[in-house]
Amino acid sequence: MSETFILRTQDLTKEFKGFVAVRSVNLQVRGGEIHALIGPNGAGKTTCFNLLTHFLTPTAGRIFFKGRDITGASPAAIARMGLVRSFQISAVFPHLSVLENVRIALQRKRGASYDFWRSERVLEAHDPRARELIEAVGLAEYADAIAVELPYGRKRALEIATTLALEPEMMLLDEPTAGMTHEDVERISALIKRVAANRTVLMVEHNLSVVEHLSDRITVLARGEVIAEGDYVAVSRHPDVIQAYLGTAHA
Amino acid sequence: MANAQSAMVGTRAARADLRPQWIAFGLMLAFFLVAPATGLYAVFLMKVMCFALFACAFNLLIGYGGLLSFGHAMFFGLASYASAHAAKVWGVTPELAILAGTAAATFLGVLVGLLAIRRQGIYFAMITLALAQMIYFFCVQAPFTGGEDGIQAVPRGRLFGLIDLSNVWAMYATVMVVFFGGFLLIFRVIHSPFGQVLKAIRENEQRAISLGYDTDRYKLLAFVLSAGLSGLAGATKALVFQLASLTDVHWTMSGEVVLMTLVGGLGTVFGPVVGAFVIVAMANYLAQLGAWVTVVQGAIFVICVLTFRRGIIGELGHWLRKPL
Ligand SMILES: Nc1ncnc2c1ncn2[C@@H]1O[C@H](COP(=O)(O)OP(=O)(O)OP(=O)(O)O)[C@@H](O)[C@H]1O
Ligand SMILES: [Mg+2]
Repeated sequence: MSETFILRTQDLTKEFKGFVAVRSVNLQVRGGEIHALIGPNGAGKTTCFNLLTHFLTPTAGRIFFKGRDITGASPAAIARMGLVRSFQISAVFPHLSVLENVRIALQRKRGASYDFWRSERVLEAHDPRARELIEAVGLAEYADAIAVELPYGRKRALEIATTLALEPEMMLLDEPTAGMTHEDVERISALIKRVAANRTVLMVEHNLSVVEHLSDRITVLARGEVIAEGDYVAVSRHPDVIQAYLGTAHA
Repeated sequence: MANAQSAMVGTRAARADLRPQWIAFGLMLAFFLVAPATGLYAVFLMKVMCFALFACAFNLLIGYGGLLSFGHAMFFGLASYASAHAAKVWGVTPELAILAGTAAATFLGVLVGLLAIRRQGIYFAMITLALAQMIYFFCVQAPFTGGEDGIQAVPRGRLFGLIDLSNVWAMYATVMVVFFGGFLLIFRVIHSPFGQVLKAIRENEQRAISLGYDTDRYKLLAFVLSAGLSGLAGATKALVFQLASLTDVHWTMSGEVVLMTLVGGLGTVFGPVVGAFVIVAMANYLAQLGAWVTVVQGAIFVICVLTFRRGIIGELGHWLRKPL
């Protein structure tokens, strides 16, 4: 129980037909922190997320969450243990309303999801909590809008509200601010900061000012390997990191 | 009551407006009550209701679960054999015969579902087709199905041991109760907490998994419900026609239910009923055309795909801007 790291990997490796996308990664995330995973395109960040949540099966290595080995657990079971991910491409239920999107998550948490003989009106019991969450991410006036019609930044906000509905101990966010306008970026990073107050966040992020502003700790990945780790100042001065970023910028 | 009332105020806009669907339901009920008096044959109408229930059950799976089964005849057909066998050989009352057929299809649904549900897209369709072919050959070979002859002269018996179903109106009323009961159950499933999860899975399965849903289990439950209701339709049909035959388990029957659903409107509540009516009417009234019925059906299918993809009810609902 004296585990300081809520999430820990041991020599995590993923090969795609001979191509090693993630190589012997030992990731350690402290409980309660915002931990950033950064690196150039194709570094293996999303693959790491897919491995952690078992959307992909590792070729080798183990994953521990809250001290338990979750390497073989199903993706849904991992989510139910409190490790919930978002996706690089925004993942909402497009033809459900904003309220219904959030309710889907609340419904899982609170049961009754197999009840095919009851009226969906029983789900209205979740409405007050759903509206609270929607308001918390600044979508109050969109509660009855259909998700697909929201602008991109708002979709990401909805995704976060839906994830928060599960009250996960740990959230994995894959590029939460990608493709957003400047104001949206500010709103989302403020939101992440706020929701991270009582949970752990591991996020992939390309916007370095967001990374600098939010993260307690940073792991840098390049070509599937960890090349540096530490706080923002330490990492940004690391020669390998500078090399990796410049290397791809000139490629 | 007062509680429900106050809960409604805040959520009116959030919940889908079901009034158009209840109006359509009223019209449908009125139609089947009045139709026999307009000169339409009772047997024809009963056939329509049996196939309409079959198509609605199929539509529950594809239209709301996103799973295309190419082998639904196995549930319809097996149930019709089980029901005919129970009524004729075991001599049970008709409601028990229907129950036996439904139970057999549900049981088969669990087995097939467990094998098929993890497959995606076309692989799911292929494995259901393959398993349905196995059931077909089982029915050709098994002694109790009567081979090419099928099970003939099935007694309709007395409902609950009391009401003689050889009276056509007693039979008609029974079929109406079965059809409308099944229809309402499907309607409820669509608008249930489970139905909501099913919708979410169809919309974005990866996201549903990441929220902690074991999506395979939800799909399995949808599959079993669909199989059981298809069985209910087949079991009832066996009593109406006093016959269970290889036609009911043949792959063409699986194709026909796809056709009915597409013509009426995939993923609409009433489409499968209208589709079943159109296809059964064509088969009945164009019977003198012989083999040409298939050609006409094919032509209608092509027209459907080319001109009104949403199906009859789908287009109507789109035009009225109301989901039907
Ligand atoms: N399913 C797959 N099959 C084969 N190769 C894959 C697969 N998924 C990812 N890869 C490869 O693995 C490498 C890492 O990809 P990944 O998506 O993890 O990168 P990333 O760090 O998330 O990049 P980005 O910043 O562009 O999102 C890439 O070279 C990619 O082409
Ligand atoms: Mg990525």
